[in-house]
Amino acid sequence: MTSPLQRKLKIAGPTAITANRLADGVVVWLTAGGGWSLSIGEATVATTAEEVQRLLAIAQSDENTAVGAYAARVALTPEGHAIPVNLRERIRVGGPTITPAASPARAA
Amino acid sequence: MYVHDAFDRTFLQERVAEFRDQVARRLSGALTEEEFKPLRLMNGVYLQLHAYMLRVCIPYGTLNSTQLKALARVARRYDRGYGHFTTRQNIQFNWIKLAELPDAMAELAEVGIHGIQTSGNCIRNTTTDAFAGAARDEIEDPRLYAEVIRQWSTLHPEFTYLPRKFKIAITAAKHDRAATRVHDVGLRLRQRDGHTGFEVMVGGGLGRTPFIGQTIRDFLPKEDLLSYLEAILRTYNLGGRRDNIYKARVKIQVHEMGPEAFAEKVEAEWQAIRDGALRLDETAISAIADRFVNPDLPPLADHPPELTAALAEPAFARWHANSVAPHKAAGHAIVTLSLKPVGGPPGDCTADQMDAIADLADRYAYGEIRVAHEQNLVFPHVRQKDLPALWKALDAIGVATPNVGLVTDIISCPGLDYCSLANTRSIPIAQKLTERFADDARIADIGRLHVNISGCINACGHHHIGHIGILGVEKKDEEFFQITLGGKGNSKARLGELIGPAIPESEIVDAVERLVETYLELRTSPQETFIAAVERLGIEPFKERAYAPR
Repeated sequence: MTSPLQRKLKIAGPTAITANRLADGVVVWLTAGGGWSLSIGEATVATTAEEVQRLLAIAQSDENTAVGAYAARVALTPEGHAIPVNLRERIRVGGPTITPAASPARAA
Repeated sequence: MYVHDAFDRTFLQERVAEFRDQVARRLSGALTEEEFKPLRLMNGVYLQLHAYMLRVCIPYGTLNSTQLKALARVARRYDRGYGHFTTRQNIQFNWIKLAELPDAMAELAEVGIHGIQTSGNCIRNTTTDAFAGAARDEIEDPRLYAEVIRQWSTLHPEFTYLPRKFKIAITAAKHDRAATRVHDVGLRLRQRDGHTGFEVMVGGGLGRTPFIGQTIRDFLPKEDLLSYLEAILRTYNLGGRRDNIYKARVKIQVHEMGPEAFAEKVEAEWQAIRDGALRLDETAISAIADRFVNPDLPPLADHPPELTAALAEPAFARWHANSVAPHKAAGHAIVTLSLKPVGGPPGDCTADQMDAIADLADRYAYGEIRVAHEQNLVFPHVRQKDLPALWKALDAIGVATPNVGLVTDIISCPGLDYCSLANTRSIPIAQKLTERFADDARIADIGRLHVNISGCINACGHHHIGHIGILGVEKKDEEFFQITLGGKGNSKARLGELIGPAIPESEIVDAVERLVETYLELRTSPQETFIAAVERLGIEPFKERAYAPR
């Protein structure tokens, strides 16, 4: 029997799994080794619903590291690295498109 | 300012300790995300696109300078040096680390502020008129009753798991500056036969399904305020829908039942409880009133020579015309600080600005600051003779843009630059509009015009009640924007009317400018405001021009 989650998944191309890091909310991407990377370029990419489902299960089993995992459409560079395709993921990868109010912030 | 007592201080400290323990257990894995999420939300902690966001409650929008400096410290130590003031008189910090949240909250608790009632399906922070206690057109300071509601609603055990969030706004002025008709409950203070009471409106709200609130009681004696609110909340808690999140707000219940039937249920419940423990006698009201410390304004005359002389300077006069409002005490004025600089994110304020504003409040405004729902700050009590010096000081820190109430005083949600719910960006549209309308003389000529922008149907930017409302929609990964015309949030609140298909992001600023140009051409005189012209003409002449190729 197909789970509700599987029914919802419509995979129409390269897809990566992304989430927010528990400790600070930073955007992270699931890697082929089952870990998390800050770089979308290191994300593992799936192209079938079955594969995406498997990766999501891995991601969701690690919610003490990253939370809110979901499947995000990506494109691939000629070298095979994932890059974001929609505005939401471009902003998650690149940060706000605006320059925030300028005030001396604490050292990063 | 309301001064917390020992009970409040202890409560906040215990709450921080409790949250510190919850965070530690989450980080250790002892709590799952499913268990932790509702706990963090009860403390105003959201997870947004890039980071955790802390929404800090500013009860009825009133801050003292010490509290504003604490917000500046949190912005500097735990965030990226700025905060964002919201349409519910709160402030949001966008970049806080989970592990550091308890420390940030502890610093805020030291000065009596927190994130409780800024999230979750509870009774949220009660909002009110940013000019409360100072406005010439109010009958009584509504903050007293907002504080009464705060004490009743905070952690109310019966109303902690409502079908959805519940927002109350209260005004005591003829001119509604609290948007009461678009809240779940709106309260308007009235006097009848020498007694103070409230007009009670229910079922207002924006979001996916906007409604204007309906009056279910014309006059509620003030001593019955809490029992009647309790009756409303019980009616909602029992009858509100829990099967569909999009239909769970009280506005849907009121709409589906009809306001008369809803009112009947409320009245029936109220009759059973109105003379019980929630009845507010004079002693109870006085006990709360006594904890408000208001400035002792000296007797002064209006129009002091310092002000008269300064008004000869055009730049000061322009700022004075839209940023200074009459005060009920002679010789005083209410000053709005614009957080809408040309090219800046609406509502953002840097830590340095917060510190400087706090210092200026101490020097010129009896140490008191308000947050306006239009995402500006307000000094409610300023001596008129100090206005010229204050203007220069505010201008030096970038919060004296002479645009209050004008086309560039834009309300905007954070949009897709921060918000995980948004479909499109909002802030960049606001920034481009402020750049397009950067000329002070031009916007003064255009006159009063409210532009509100939301990045999704949840309508945090209140687009439905903007004279010009802009709603972001996403189509095939591209940003488009719908325009509504004729909305307003005052006592004659109405929802804007959609003028046509969504416009691509690249064309929205031009379209808004064409709407403004149409108004300038068609207005009967400069005294006819934009909204008055729309009401007279309807949307058609504006619609034709908005979509006309340039």
